[in-house]
Amino acid sequence: MAASAGVTRTTCPYCGVGCGVLARAGQPVKGDPEHPANLGRLCSKGSALSETVGLEGRLLHPEARGQRITWDDAIARVARAFSEAAAEHGPDSTALYVSGQLLTEDYYIANKLMKGYIGTANIDTNSRLCMASSVAGHKRAFGSDTVPGTYEDLEQADMVVLVGSNLAWCHPVLYQRLAAAKAKRGIRVVTVDPRRTATADLADYELRLAPGSDAWLFNGLLAAIEAAGALDPDYAAHLDGAEEALAAARDATLARVATETGLALQTLTRFYTDWIATERVVTVYSQGINQSASGTDKVSSILNTHLVTGRIGRVGSGPFSVTGQPNAMGGREVGGLANMLACHLEIENPAHRSAVQGFWASPTISTQPGLKAIDLFRACADGRIKALWIMSTNPAVSLPEADAVRAAIEAVPFVAVSDIIARTDTTALADVVLPASGWGEKSGTVTNSDRTISRQRAFLPTPGEARPDWKIICDVGRAMGWEDAFAHESPAAVFREYAALSGVAGALGRDFDISALAEIDDTAYDRLAPVRWPVSATKQGGRFFADGRFYTPSGRAQLRPVAPRAPEVRPSAETPLILNTGRVRDHWHTLTRTARSARLSRHIGEPFAEVHPDDAARYGIGVADLVCVSNPLGEVVVRALLTERTPKGSVFVPMHWTDQFASKARVDTLVPGLVDPYSGQPESKAATVAIARFGAAWHGFAAVRGELAPPGTAYWARAKAGAGWQAELADTEAPADWEAFARTLFAAPEAQAITVHDSARQSVRVALIADGQVAGVLFAAPEPVEIARAHVVAGLAEGASAAALLAGRPGADRPDPGATVCACFDVGANTVLAAIEDGAESVEAIGKVLRAGTNCGSCRPELRALLERARPRLAAE
Amino acid sequence: MRKKLVVIGAGMASGRVLEHLLAAHPDGYDITLFGAEPRGNYNRILLSPVLAGEKRYEDIVTHDAAWYADHGIDCRFGEAVRGIDRARRVVVSAKGETPYDKLVIATGSAPFVIPVPGRDLPGVLTYRDLDDTNAMIDAAKRPGAKAVVIGGGLLGLEAAAGLNSRGMDVTVLHLMPHLMERQLDATAGALLEADLERRGIAVHCRANTHEIVGETQVEGVRLDDGTFYPADLVVMAVGIRPEIRLAQAAGLATGRGIVVDDAMQTEDPAILAVGECVEHRGLTYGLVAPLYDMAGVAAKTLAGEAAAYVPAALSTKLKVTGVDLFSAGDFATGEGREDIIFRDPTAGIYKRLVLEGECLIGAVMYGETSDGTWFFDLIENATPITAQRDRLIFGPAFAGGGALDPMAAVAALPAKPWRCSGLPPAQPIAHSSHAQRMH
Repeated sequence: MAASAGVTRTTCPYCGVGCGVLARAGQPVKGDPEHPANLGRLCSKGSALSETVGLEGRLLHPEARGQRITWDDAIARVARAFSEAAAEHGPDSTALYVSGQLLTEDYYIANKLMKGYIGTANIDTNSRLCMASSVAGHKRAFGSDTVPGTYEDLEQADMVVLVGSNLAWCHPVLYQRLAAAKAKRGIRVVTVDPRRTATADLADYELRLAPGSDAWLFNGLLAAIEAAGALDPDYAAHLDGAEEALAAARDATLARVATETGLALQTLTRFYTDWIATERVVTVYSQGINQSASGTDKVSSILNTHLVTGRIGRVGSGPFSVTGQPNAMGGREVGGLANMLACHLEIENPAHRSAVQGFWASPTISTQPGLKAIDLFRACADGRIKALWIMSTNPAVSLPEADAVRAAIEAVPFVAVSDIIARTDTTALADVVLPASGWGEKSGTVTNSDRTISRQRAFLPTPGEARPDWKIICDVGRAMGWEDAFAHESPAAVFREYAALSGVAGALGRDFDISALAEIDDTAYDRLAPVRWPVSATKQGGRFFADGRFYTPSGRAQLRPVAPRAPEVRPSAETPLILNTGRVRDHWHTLTRTARSARLSRHIGEPFAEVHPDDAARYGIGVADLVCVSNPLGEVVVRALLTERTPKGSVFVPMHWTDQFASKARVDTLVPGLVDPYSGQPESKAATVAIARFGAAWHGFAAVRGELAPPGTAYWARAKAGAGWQAELADTEAPADWEAFARTLFAAPEAQAITVHDSARQSVRVALIADGQVAGVLFAAPEPVEIARAHVVAGLAEGASAAALLAGRPGADRPDPGATVCACFDVGANTVLAAIEDGAESVEAIGKVLRAGTNCGSCRPELRALLERARPRLAAE
Repeated sequence: MRKKLVVIGAGMASGRVLEHLLAAHPDGYDITLFGAEPRGNYNRILLSPVLAGEKRYEDIVTHDAAWYADHGIDCRFGEAVRGIDRARRVVVSAKGETPYDKLVIATGSAPFVIPVPGRDLPGVLTYRDLDDTNAMIDAAKRPGAKAVVIGGGLLGLEAAAGLNSRGMDVTVLHLMPHLMERQLDATAGALLEADLERRGIAVHCRANTHEIVGETQVEGVRLDDGTFYPADLVVMAVGIRPEIRLAQAAGLATGRGIVVDDAMQTEDPAILAVGECVEHRGLTYGLVAPLYDMAGVAAKTLAGEAAAYVPAALSTKLKVTGVDLFSAGDFATGEGREDIIFRDPTAGIYKRLVLEGECLIGAVMYGETSDGTWFFDLIENATPITAQRDRLIFGPAFAGGGALDPMAAVAALPAKPWRCSGLPPAQPIAHSSHAQRMH
């Protein structure tokens, strides 16, 4: 539906909040004020969407091992490889590894092809890395993968507990909604996280518990609920297994929980007292819970507390899983996981199988769960998989034991990769690459974390020969001989079939039923407004389970006794530190998209490891040193960020950096492929590692107008910046000729050099001049070079003189703006601090003076932190 | 009765002594001033602009007859001093004896003339005073005339540029490997040489003059290696020699110059010496700034006040239009010295700063010298510069300024994007050892 002339309503492709955006080609996007998820808000990533849709680096044509081929050829190759593998080695020798970035229609067709036609359930998704434990926990307790509540519950609660969730950075708009509601209503917010993240800004108090001890905390809560007589006797009728769960939790005495979590008794008492006393309580949980080898049990430990108190599916109360990807939920609904059929139907359930097969009139139906992500790539490695098709995801970076995964992909005889980006760490391994259409070019639906189905609509022309994923899969399906089953002409046609199938599921008593949309015509599909499922004759949206009716065989919720388990790998003398992984504010996944935006790359421009100062002292690591984080699986070299945000004994490394953007920063190479036995989700936050200072002979910073190829130095990290790129550099040996080094680095062999040498300090600065302007600047010194990076990058874009650039900092008359805090308006930390000194005493006041924090609001926690930082100083004056 | 002050030499140093003295103590002395040139005091360092036709003599006069008359100074210009009788405290001149209570010797220096055959030929000049300047201007009036300047130092190059601007075909012969070696390092010297060549001045370094050739008038210069440069005018500008003959004759201690202490006093308490003729702590001086400093000290000493001359760093600018060059302090390499070098060969810019310990001790700049004064002040004041060393060479525009965000300055990361020190606001409930009181 057009919002106004030329503007398209669509949905943001980043996190699971699923915000509506108003888009127009060539214009910055705006938040859609009518979308129920965001009501006009956008985060920094969403606000910069228009900067990420350029064609730079796009895959525009099918290729086979680097050679351009026709679509017909490409489709034929994929179809032949899959047909032959299935014929010779059985259907289970084929596999799809797909993505939460796919639209529901794409997912549906992929799932149909594999489970109903090729006849294998070997289709799994990167959502496995994200929320598979929530799915397993939901299914175990509710009999269905149902998020009971809605976003409004976070605003209507009196207490919100954020568990293992950096909501401020990973679900910024939901965080903003919570922050606004808290400001209005005084919601008590508690964060549960070993690490202090930006989200703690909103917390009334923080529970910085020992890594992996969450199940102890929630078992303790369960025991405290029982001890306080706070069980809901009426709701108990809807529960099975409550007694066993309570019995298992009785171990979790206050004293024991204090020991296991490292939290003070008073702290625990306070939390338990608050939780028990607050009827309207929402427990939001995310990757900190899910990404664990006992993630499903941790989910159960949370669900148990809400079930025994009946605090579920009611206004302002319930457990709430927030998902990482825009359509992780859609993938779950459509059966994109190896252990599901479509529409929340069960693969192990014969009635479900035959219903689906009947609906599809398909030649076969898979009868048992397929390989989950980690197992799938193990099967690749040991030769069981003969044909693999990866869509819109980058497992060579994102999966645990990423180096082994890379080798596993290489071991598969035939690998197809669909992507929008030409060069990723994964496309590099493909036999055939297929150009997919990207966000803004394709059309379909996504489901967000609170079950709201929204349309993604095209507002850009499809570039080159790119095709939407559903179409590519249909093409392959037809080429494999199933002409009728994959004859869909449009995403609307796919959606209608899917909605009709959900009616079959609904008839079987399942939760997911959108059959009221089965007859939707193309125009109505085009205009489909955001709608929360179910959408059936009997139920429209709303919440689940307040009525005590569950999708289990007994109709009652199944509580699970939880025996807390520590992370699989324990710190040892060789690997004494726990490795935590996660996201940063302005980047997304493996950087293929957000790194295209200089604005988004400004916030954090290189990979880093948060190290506690005590650990840094212990291992001889100084401020801004490069640090080698390693274990027997691999190593990364990243910048040390000394901070008490990360607890002693842990390091935190973001997951985003790939070989395209840094020399050696794929943190998943360090994560062992240990998975939860129920969900198959890997334990991404509890590897163990050693850290050591990376002994660099020199450190450098380079900024260039235009392109910058990956430098060949032992350490490098490059990022879009200003009118080109910037790079952090380091190596173990200094080049003999810095001018020559710069000319090679900037690919400007003819450029004139302007240099500054401080030989005694071994400090070198080189500016290269081409066509009368500075083409690039290089700074090098034995220590990390101390210059105002933002100033250099901006100066380069603005055509500043070589001397002004080489000075490396603004003139005396212009203060250094400092590190970017507000990406939307490019406001630096020093600028904010100056405004605070000039009397801006609140986030709002800063916004009035500098506009910082007034667009997307993602930096508001950081603005508040700067206020806190400035306050003691101001008070002292 | 007022004491008698006699000053020998009416140059820039003595002019400054008198100015200071008369300003502070207008009635302290009866003053007699002897000057060898038959005119008042002018700013000798501005002779080059006069030679180049950019200034006239009238523009560079500092003290004319009226000034001396106004201050009651008895001027004896053009009257040669023959001797000093220290025992009787009288100065002997052509016209008799002049008694003194205090005597200031400011005889300056004489150009050094290299002892080669032909040095006395007509058309061979030195470059010291207005007469020399006028002679050069006259020589340049002959169409197609050729000049050879021996000496590629400050003065020689100013002479060369002046003659070149007056249309002469000029060659500079310089004994050393690069021009202005006392003020420039080899790189800056080479840049200067290239600049001068571009302006049509031929430069020959490592040129050892063998003889000046000519019968009745100079005809050219021949080098040791046999190279011959035809010339209608030869200007020798190879250095100066302090003029100490009077002092020597009077039995005062002399080395290369007249030996003075910090108060500018010779070994005779009644006699002071200032300017190019003195030797202070073993050094002699030829630039104007130290001479002015000495003059200030001498004036105080004459007024009976304690004062001491402290040698300061020196700065040089070449007064050649279009050549941008600056040199200050000590830029020799050596143990404990470090340098920072800026090179922009395309734009012909070169800057070198020499550091010792915490301080800047020397600066050479070529092609872009606008920050010269600032560097000079840093050298003179011995300002510690370590904190701004990384940007020092970019001048005052980049000095000071706000502190850089510490982490963002060394990595592409924000330093402390949110609080992690100080008092956390959210009542951090951490580990058991930090138990918090319940609300």
